[in-house]
Amino acid sequence: MAFDTETATAWITAAEAAVKTDEARLTGLDAAIGDGDHGANMVRGLAAGLTNIAERGPTTPGDVLVAAGRGIVAKTGGAAGPLYGSAFRRAGKALGDASSVEAAELGAALEAALTAIKELGGADEGDKTMIDALAPAVAAFQAVAADGGPIAAAAAAAADAAEQGLAATVPLQARKGRASYLGARSIGHEDPGAASTALILRALAEVTA
Amino acid sequence: MKKLINSPDSVIADALRGVAAAHPSLAVDLENRVVSRAAGATPGKVGLVSGGGSGHEPLHGGYVGYGMLDAAAPGEVYTSPVPDQILAATRAADSGAGVLHIVKNYTGDVLNFRMAAELAEDEDTRVVSVVTNDDAAVEDSTYTAGRRGVGGTVFVEKIAGAAAEEGADLDTVARIATHVNEVTRSFAIALHAGTVPAAGKPGFDLAEDEVELGVGIHGEPGRERGAMAPVRELVGYSLDVIHADRPISGDVLVMLNGQGGTPLIELYGAFAEAAAWIEGHGGRVARSLVGNYITSLDQEGFSITVMSLDDELLRLWDAPVSTPALRWGR
Repeated sequence: MAFDTETATAWITAAEAAVKTDEARLTGLDAAIGDGDHGANMVRGLAAGLTNIAERGPTTPGDVLVAAGRGIVAKTGGAAGPLYGSAFRRAGKALGDASSVEAAELGAALEAALTAIKELGGADEGDKTMIDALAPAVAAFQAVAADGGPIAAAAAAAADAAEQGLAATVPLQARKGRASYLGARSIGHEDPGAASTALILRALAEVTA
Repeated sequence: MKKLINSPDSVIADALRGVAAAHPSLAVDLENRVVSRAAGATPGKVGLVSGGGSGHEPLHGGYVGYGMLDAAAPGEVYTSPVPDQILAATRAADSGAGVLHIVKNYTGDVLNFRMAAELAEDEDTRVVSVVTNDDAAVEDSTYTAGRRGVGGTVFVEKIAGAAAEEGADLDTVARIATHVNEVTRSFAIALHAGTVPAAGKPGFDLAEDEVELGVGIHGEPGRERGAMAPVRELVGYSLDVIHADRPISGDVLVMLNGQGGTPLIELYGAFAEAAAWIEGHGGRVARSLVGNYITSLDQEGFSITVMSLDDELLRLWDAPVSTPALRWGR
């Protein structure tokens, strides 16, 4: 199946439902190495993204993601607001005016999101951040797409890679974000930003399956 | 966990209504969540805006008024404000002479203030940002998020505010604010974590014989856990860390700050130890603050902030100020 306005909207809807279901888990991860507000912030942010989509009535998948990103920036606060907001906006702009896109275009949009997060946050792979889930997910998505695989297969591979990336954050010492203030004490915990990124990519796999 | 609230969702709105009712000198925009001077921006004066997560009261809304801030943007508890909100505060502070953003160094605050500054520049308001990072507990490195902005932020707001009130231009006010940050260091120890209303339980658990050394202001754990000890030793440990990072000598301004849940009698006991330590190391406490100035909800513990004074900084510190939380000379 192609990625169209309806699928894009379903993705944000599923992502919002996923963070709501897992709000307490995200907050618990953040309380261990941060300040314990990531669950509440992600729920508020994605709900604001959905509201903005409903108000603007976007007619392309790109516009859906831009609207979601603007809603997230406007309401989330913290680091997650600008980072996720810019990621969705940049991904939406990468899709352009197309009414429907295939795996290669969606893969390029996910890569644009990764670039946005790296630029804004100044973090890279191995810093124990959301990038440790997103970067392997983008690579996995693009590998499937390059082989001519469908969006469903690419998104499933991306979600698996994100979850593996999340697990791989456990032994890392945080170098960016609030967990970095703990130094070596940040080792031994999953990164909450990587956890929410894995949820959002699993939601993409579910709505495109 | 008992809390004096209506519901976790209404904590900030209820507090802002209280600020509005208690302080006629302030204008409180409940919709945008901006606290500003009731009289509006002072014509010709550089505007000062700060903001950050709520839960640190009186920071920042309590420092809006003559001689300090023009506007403050309080976010959700421990969460930075959003760009539109900071933009609204910037508009409230702008009289045409430009606006200084005073930002504590946390990734979220820095990103949201940066986005707000870009929006303000689009409206032809000149914005310069000064990021505070006075926390000696965090090792600074280009590979990390860097040091946190903590107690020194109060000194930056007071001294930069005095300079702006005297008519200094934006670049001068920014230079002075940067200088204050450079000559200031802080360190904090927690005895018991604070409780975020929405979470309902403390951010970390400590045994009766444990303390967290080098905590920030968001109930996050510190750089290490240590043994509970008499206040003399806890204060000495803190000042040793500060002194090793930036030697304490000459005339200093010292803030012995409570984190929200420690009684003033204990803070004064701690200040006695701090003053003795500083005099014993050849410094002189020329000015001081003892009380709750930058808190972490109901967290138990203290922070010490030490600033090296010179003639200009001393004059600006002593300049008149009239805000809900700091008031003298006017």
